[in-house]
Amino acid sequence: MEAIKTFELVKKYKDITAVNKLQLTVHKGELYALLGVNGAGKSTTIKMLSCLTRPSSGDAEVMGHSIVTESDRVKAVINVSPQETAVAPKLSVRENLELISRIYGADKTEARSRTDEMLDRLSMREIEKKRASTLSGGWQRRLSIAMALITQPEVLFLDEPTLGLDVLARRELWSLIEKLKGKMTVILTTHYLKEAETLSDRIGIMAHGVLCAEGTAEELKAKAGKDDFEEAFIVLAGEALQ
Amino acid sequence: MRMMVFAARNTKEIIRDALSLIFGIVFPIVLLVLLSAINKGIPEGYGPDLFHIEKLAPGISVFGLSFMSLFSSMLISKDRGSSFVLRLFTSPMKASDFILGYTLPMLPMALIQTAVCYAAALLFGLPLSINLIPAIFVNIPIALVFVALGLLFGTVLSEKAVGGICGALLTNLSAWFSNIWFDTSMVGGAFKTVADILPFSHAVNAARYAAAGEYSMIFPELWWVIAYAVVLTAVAVAVFSHKLNTK
Repeated sequence: MEAIKTFELVKKYKDITAVNKLQLTVHKGELYALLGVNGAGKSTTIKMLSCLTRPSSGDAEVMGHSIVTESDRVKAVINVSPQETAVAPKLSVRENLELISRIYGADKTEARSRTDEMLDRLSMREIEKKRASTLSGGWQRRLSIAMALITQPEVLFLDEPTLGLDVLARRELWSLIEKLKGKMTVILTTHYLKEAETLSDRIGIMAHGVLCAEGTAEELKAKAGKDDFEEAFIVLAGEALQ
Repeated sequence: MRMMVFAARNTKEIIRDALSLIFGIVFPIVLLVLLSAINKGIPEGYGPDLFHIEKLAPGISVFGLSFMSLFSSMLISKDRGSSFVLRLFTSPMKASDFILGYTLPMLPMALIQTAVCYAAALLFGLPLSINLIPAIFVNIPIALVFVALGLLFGTVLSEKAVGGICGALLTNLSAWFSNIWFDTSMVGGAFKTVADILPFSHAVNAARYAAAGEYSMIFPELWWVIAYAVVLTAVAVAVFSHKLNTK
């Protein structure tokens, strides 16, 4: 089954076409990385798929629900970890997790038990009583992802999840994201090509609002005739931009 | 249910901010203490009538509520700036959950703030009277005015800008045109006209009449404030909903 399928998805901002008749398919349980240089259209695509902005034309189905006509049903099965650490600063780690769980419909008891599970799963017990604003960047990012996972989404959007983190914190998050593979569909946007190569089942490269190349990291390297994924990305994205 | 959960979160965010307590509770009480002390030092019949505790306490209770705009606008603009609101926009929350969740926690806070102000005034000679109960509730419309302004500014302005608009400009405007610190009719002219058009002096007058037990005088003043509360709330809701739908 397809988790995401787009049908000539278009987003225009005045004279600029940010996404142009995008045809994208992501399989259920897949970890799919969306790459592209700045302005390629990947963030706009994520915004449309997560019902943050309406397409100018076209449509997409997320777990079989239209983002145009069934946005409420789409919102119930997705969750997003935005690029910025989107946490409630004066609430504790536990309060943040319980808040999101309850906003998605869990009662008090259920929210508490899901929070306990998430604290254990993401090794956050030691910081459960700390206010979010006092956490380091790495912990805040981990909390942000935990807030997205606690609702047990069928599709999870991770927008630049390791941006600005040091190499150790980044590797820790990689191992966390890797554990999600197969359990839910994950759409990952990142500027770290190594991250996409290491974590993804498939990678899509966007340029000028369209998908210009798609495949596994090995397939993309072969297509570009390069052994290094970064070199392959430069060739494939560069060709599309010319 | 979502609205209540969100409202509880917003309450915690505000009351856990030390600045909220300083500006909402401590600052109005400090003003009350200072002005009462000054008034006591002035011989009877010479000082301004406005500084008598019976007039000062209702005035400061209204002035203290002007910080409600600052609290709500800072919270909303911070949520926008940190993308917390973006996260919630992708959740099943509706526009009404956001609007009520941001505004409802402010009303009990406004009532508590007003009650604390009157309680402090009792220590400085305000007679204990049953009239203080209606005087507390008469402040609800002006609290709504300030909360609506907070919702509006928090939705359209950055965190830095709301600090200036709500923290400095609005609190000053509401002080100058309120009849709390000086009688606007003594300035006269356009200043008095503007003061009469704006809701602040009407809110202060309504609170003073209520505290004095002159109930028949409350409503001509309070209708003016209620009209502002209704219009500003409608505008704030429309702007927030528009922002939510066009994000």
